[in-house]
Amino acid sequence: MEYETVGAAVDGSAVGQPQYKVKSKRKPLEVFMNTLFFLCGMVAVACVLVISVYLVISGLPAILEIGPINFLFGTRWYASTEDFGIFAIILTSISGTAGAIIIGVPIGLMTAIFLAKVANPKLAKVIHTAVELLAGIPSVVYGLVGMILLVPAIRVAFNLPSGATLLAAIIVLSIMILPSIISVSETALRAVPREYEEASLALGATHIETVFRVTVPAARSGIATAIVLGIGRAIGEAMAIIMVAGNVANMPGLLTSVRFLTTAIASEMSYASVGSLHRDALFSIGLVLFLFIMMINVFLNVFIKNKKEA
Amino acid sequence: MENRTLSPSRRLYDRGLRTLLYVCGFLTCALLVLIIGYIFYRGVPYVTAELLTTQTSYINDTIGILPNILNTIYLVVLAMVIVLPLGVGAAIYLTEYATNRKLVSIIEFATETLTGIPSIIFGLVGMLFFIQLVGWKTGVLAGGLTLVVMILPTIVRTTQESLKTVPDSYREGSLALGAGKWHMIRTVVLPNAIDGIVTGCILAVGRIVGESAALLYTAGFGLVLNDFFTSLESSSASLTVALYVYASERGETNVAFAIATILMVLTLIINLSASLVGRKLKK
Repeated sequence: MEYETVGAAVDGSAVGQPQYKVKSKRKPLEVFMNTLFFLCGMVAVACVLVISVYLVISGLPAILEIGPINFLFGTRWYASTEDFGIFAIILTSISGTAGAIIIGVPIGLMTAIFLAKVANPKLAKVIHTAVELLAGIPSVVYGLVGMILLVPAIRVAFNLPSGATLLAAIIVLSIMILPSIISVSETALRAVPREYEEASLALGATHIETVFRVTVPAARSGIATAIVLGIGRAIGEAMAIIMVAGNVANMPGLLTSVRFLTTAIASEMSYASVGSLHRDALFSIGLVLFLFIMMINVFLNVFIKNKKEA
Repeated sequence: MENRTLSPSRRLYDRGLRTLLYVCGFLTCALLVLIIGYIFYRGVPYVTAELLTTQTSYINDTIGILPNILNTIYLVVLAMVIVLPLGVGAAIYLTEYATNRKLVSIIEFATETLTGIPSIIFGLVGMLFFIQLVGWKTGVLAGGLTLVVMILPTIVRTTQESLKTVPDSYREGSLALGAGKWHMIRTVVLPNAIDGIVTGCILAVGRIVGESAALLYTAGFGLVLNDFFTSLESSSASLTVALYVYASERGETNVAFAIATILMVLTLIINLSASLVGRKLKK
């Protein structure tokens, strides 16, 4: 009896009427839900499109008015005389990011190696919690601590009139990118097959030699991803460095007050009057920053794709 | 034992790098302890009942952050109410419904791109779109919607991951009993993925609480106490923006540290609850 029922249902699903009836009753709802979820999925795509289109529409006029060469390679940024050249600002963003990478990557990578390969599990867990907390601290809090602790320290150490410098921004940025570098490279290090390490150990290499000469090279694509993510975070950070970098559009120097792409937008938008060239130029800075980020994204995708193929 | 047989240079390499690893591991911890310790040391004495329950008054020359606490809550509520169905829906589409591989990869690429965009760009476009184009006034509505776009990828990704952990046999069992697709998702898939979705929400709330750059020109700098509906279209500073205003424009360092203390406590609570839910998920 039971067998017959099952058999009937199987047959029914192919051609039988009962199954068809149930389907037709549910169909409108199913189609509706499918469409609804499809629309939810397309929201992300729509947002990316709107963001790109808006940045181009609002960023291009000022670039065209000032002239692309003058805008990108002009070294003077004075709103009062309508000089809008962002070369110094671009260089500041690049050198600030580079500095943060130079300090942050070695420390972050070493911590990741420590967590993945050397520390005992209990200690690793404690440090892991610390890293997660570092990632959760709001950027204005980093800025505040930098402004109160770091900036005066730099002023005293280098005997400057003000400690709000590129150096302060670099230090704050390198702490801020630590969590993403640590967690991504730790995952990469843990994913290295044990056989690689065992082979190296069997050949007589010490644990440390194995880690540095076998595990780290084997995890290099993951570590590269971590570095690129760090670059992305550093170049896009605004509120922490606005409080420590001094905000004067100088050519970058370790001990000069500087202005980043992000901080230019954040600090000047409030007083640039609507419709002015100044305000449009700030949108153009947003466009330049966006192009930087998109370049990093494309680079990252190529990397991840390579990793998947390998 | 092992080290005795090593040549001096190898022993140096081994010892040197091992020490360096320990130093870096402890440096990371020390940084955290230093930052948290310093914030609490400077901020805790100034977290007073008056600060928490009043608004800033120029007449009495007192500072209160109640409006900012409320604005942060408004932003969290508004953004979460909108982003939760949207993000979970998108994740359901990607894992359960989508049949076109190309479309899936386009949507996933878009979410990844959104993850990488800096918050100041969200703020900029949010201002251009919601305030200049749509014509709303600076306030919680524009700020909250900007945040929705910003945290959408977090919700989509965590939901997607937890949907993937639901075994296919559950789905097959449900479908074999005659359930429709939506009925199956509602009664079988979602309840089994709820822990991951909750973790995602907690992470998203953490991002909203800590966000500042995206809110500067969308939600604004206002320090006045408003109810929810008034705040939608009147300039309302969140806790983070208030910290920035008090620290760098008013020079009220103590108030800034008090706000930082509150933000740190919130961060601790959020991290703790996320890891608790995560642990439950693993079981």
